[in-house]
Amino acid sequence: MSEPTIFELSSPGRQGVRFPEADVPHTQLPHGLLRSNFPFPELSEVDVVRHFTHLSRLNYCIDQGLYPLGSCTMKYNPRVNEDAARMPGFAFTHPLQPVETVQGNLALMFAMQEYLKEISGFAGITLQPAAGAQGEFVGVMIIKAYHQSRGDVKRNKILIPDSAHGTNPASSAMLGFEVAHLPSDSKGNVDLDALRSICDDTVAGLMLTNPNTLGLFDENVAEVVQIVHEAGGLVYGDGANLNALLGIARPGDIGFDIMHFNLHKTFSTPHGGGGPGSGPVGVAAHLVDFLPSPVIAIIEDGNDEIPPLYGFANPPQSIGRVKSFHGHFGMLIRAFTYIIMHGPDGLRKISEYAVLNANYLRVLLQDVYHLPYKRICMHEFVVEGKWEDAPGVIALDISKRLMDYNFHPPTNYFPLIVHEALMIEPTETESKQSLDQFADVMLKIADEAHHHPELLKEAPHITPVGRLDEVKAAKELVLCCWIPDKI
Amino acid sequence: MQLRTKNPVTSGVTNMFIPHTEAERDEMLRAIGVNKLEDLFCDVPERFRFPDLDLPPALSEMEAVAQLDELAATNDTARSLISFLGAGAYHHYIPSAVDSIIRRGEFFTAYTPYQPEVSQGTLQAIFEFQSLVTALTGMDVSNASHYDGASATAEAGIMAYHHFRGKRPRMVVSPSVHPHYRQTLQTYMSGYPDVEVLGYDQDPFGTPDQLIPLVDYNTSLVVVQYPDFFGRIFDYTNFAAKVHEMGALLAVAINPIALALLKTPGEFGADIVVGEGQPLGIPLSFGGPYLGIFAVKNAFLRKIAGRLVGETVDGQGRKGYVLTLTAREQHIRREKATSNICTNQGLMALAATVYMSLLGKSGLQKVAELCYQKAHYAASRISEIEGYKVIAQHPFFHEFVVECPRPVAEINEILLDYDILGGYDLGKEYPSLNRHMLVAVTEMNAREDIDELCDALQEASHE
Repeated sequence: MSEPTIFELSSPGRQGVRFPEADVPHTQLPHGLLRSNFPFPELSEVDVVRHFTHLSRLNYCIDQGLYPLGSCTMKYNPRVNEDAARMPGFAFTHPLQPVETVQGNLALMFAMQEYLKEISGFAGITLQPAAGAQGEFVGVMIIKAYHQSRGDVKRNKILIPDSAHGTNPASSAMLGFEVAHLPSDSKGNVDLDALRSICDDTVAGLMLTNPNTLGLFDENVAEVVQIVHEAGGLVYGDGANLNALLGIARPGDIGFDIMHFNLHKTFSTPHGGGGPGSGPVGVAAHLVDFLPSPVIAIIEDGNDEIPPLYGFANPPQSIGRVKSFHGHFGMLIRAFTYIIMHGPDGLRKISEYAVLNANYLRVLLQDVYHLPYKRICMHEFVVEGKWEDAPGVIALDISKRLMDYNFHPPTNYFPLIVHEALMIEPTETESKQSLDQFADVMLKIADEAHHHPELLKEAPHITPVGRLDEVKAAKELVLCCWIPDKI
Repeated sequence: MQLRTKNPVTSGVTNMFIPHTEAERDEMLRAIGVNKLEDLFCDVPERFRFPDLDLPPALSEMEAVAQLDELAATNDTARSLISFLGAGAYHHYIPSAVDSIIRRGEFFTAYTPYQPEVSQGTLQAIFEFQSLVTALTGMDVSNASHYDGASATAEAGIMAYHHFRGKRPRMVVSPSVHPHYRQTLQTYMSGYPDVEVLGYDQDPFGTPDQLIPLVDYNTSLVVVQYPDFFGRIFDYTNFAAKVHEMGALLAVAINPIALALLKTPGEFGADIVVGEGQPLGIPLSFGGPYLGIFAVKNAFLRKIAGRLVGETVDGQGRKGYVLTLTAREQHIRREKATSNICTNQGLMALAATVYMSLLGKSGLQKVAELCYQKAHYAASRISEIEGYKVIAQHPFFHEFVVECPRPVAEINEILLDYDILGGYDLGKEYPSLNRHMLVAVTEMNAREDIDELCDALQEASHE
């Protein structure tokens, strides 16, 4: 049975919160500026809590089990992170308070900048971007500003491998760059010959995800970086897959010039059903002057007795501001908590076990699901969700059938270079037992695909709703509830 | 506050979030066909492999909480002080039920609802968010959220630019739009070298009509705020008509609490509504995560950036919700997408949905009225103090400008001695206004707080 909407549940006269009466003399409301009608729901607190509790039960979540969405890094979200972000000393601070009154916040943010620098090998960090896509936008802007500052204005091209996330080309296009696609070679690395032939003095930069979206570490990465640098371009690293590299390799050491982090992937801040994320950006020494303003800095040195005074600083050639205030501070607290609880060895262990889990699962599946690139993978891998001898079954069917076995599906149809792609990222927080169960179910589904394909085609069977009519949704476009007296 | 590390722990520490025993790890390595974990990283060039990270050693949860407690305790807050600071982020009461809902693992540990059959909770909540935002703003369609008020304003610029296919490169933005929104719009527009953004150098305290001479047939977008950055309320009905006469679009940046009382932007003809949703049940949290509101009239439905949830049915005719019109988005259109937005503010939109549902019609109106009444009491009291002048030729909502006898920075320092967080120093963004303070009053300020502010202001008026 479907849950009514909040508007359908409304009963005129009910109230969910009571506020104190005004304790000041009455002032007339501004006549002529008032709305005539306010079509809002009216419910009691218990109505509201039950409604959203009912809704919550319709969701799958990490707390329930494996969530193997490739490139999304759905790892367990430690509960202490949530408590930390809600400490009143943090949660009730106003972003425009005098810096002297928020030294705790600024010390935490400064430390985050330092930690991220150390983890990535970069020289400067901005914590401002709201999510990975905004981090990319900042990165591409910095590429543009860097070339412009050198009077090198003919560089109008960004190179993007065919395995890249969709946000890469979208971010480049937002800044007026032409996108040139780079093919992958037979091993899943960037095709070096293609790269050499395209690299000239119109190339502004390369956006590279490494490990790439096939879950493979580009064996020639140092050479790729060198080729782009020799042509005068910069190399941008998409940090979406950083969960494979903590304490394993630092993108800054490899020669990347810029990279964004996804704190909501690598550093365990929750995905929240679609955000908020947090997308800090790291840059090499020659780009620190271009970071968005402001960055957190020590504005008065401390000594043994007096702590330093933290404050804000504006990089001299800053690209400007990309959002209000100072970034997603609440997410920074969570990621900070995660980092201090792991330390250097713990961080390395995260990546080691993320890679261990992915390879273990790969080995359990690769005899039954075709693996297009047969190599040791990093934190994720991609298999094909189709068989010649099971015509009609596609990756989507496998995904939907997984729901019947209480698993969330992997990422479907991405990367685009693998047909019927199933992109699987288990993360380090899954136990061997959980991986074994998932593999058993995947093998069982492969068997069903060959002998009872209707079980897949009609799946899912046990979810609150079955496959939904997306064509109808896009055609009729019902985008809000029927609101009784809306004008 | 200096960060330090207590009780260093040696390596080999157990990781609470990695369940493997050593025996399980070894069994898995054997299954893979390698001897040790290091062997999994053979593709990483050796000279880069396994750097030593110079980070403090791992803390237990107990120690980490102690360090965080210490950091948090270093701060003063809008709760430990009496706060009159607003300027785009407001201290409102958040009923307990809001956090109790968004702390449900089913909501906060779920991903973006790409698999609708197992994400109906998130999808229906977004659908309700879209509905509440359209009801509040009087617009036709709301998206599933943007990052914040500033980036939503910037996206309005991008949308307007593309709506006219780049043929109208001028944008006119009121100087009384939040400085961060203007700066962010400027940053985003730098991707379009032909775009010129005008209006910032107009009189900050001027009326909207001063912008009209700047609006021409090359203008794609006009942006104003409602109530504006200085708290003033203008009826933009005639203004909207003049903007439309030139064929340009009007974007209005709103404060959602004020809209419980005020005529909606939909009524006066706005094409786009953007805004900061933080006042709707989201903690101040030093500036984020907040919630970008983005709503449009039907005509722009297909141009809107970000996610949209639509209602549909499954094979058995059961009602359900899906992400729709995804063909606009980056994961399908790639470089031809209308925006690169992917992850947005899902959980913050849920918080706002719960907040709006709980307060409902009368609660939201009550909060808005309390803000209005208390702000007007404060303004009238402050205007009685010698040396201070309240600038209020126009109706205002819960924020107003006070011209002070001394630089605001000096006054605020003295107010802090009285445990009062003074209003925003307008000189920080408008250098000519360094004696102008922007005072915000919400339902959280009791009459006594306001009286204390007045006493302290009086004390601070002379050197």
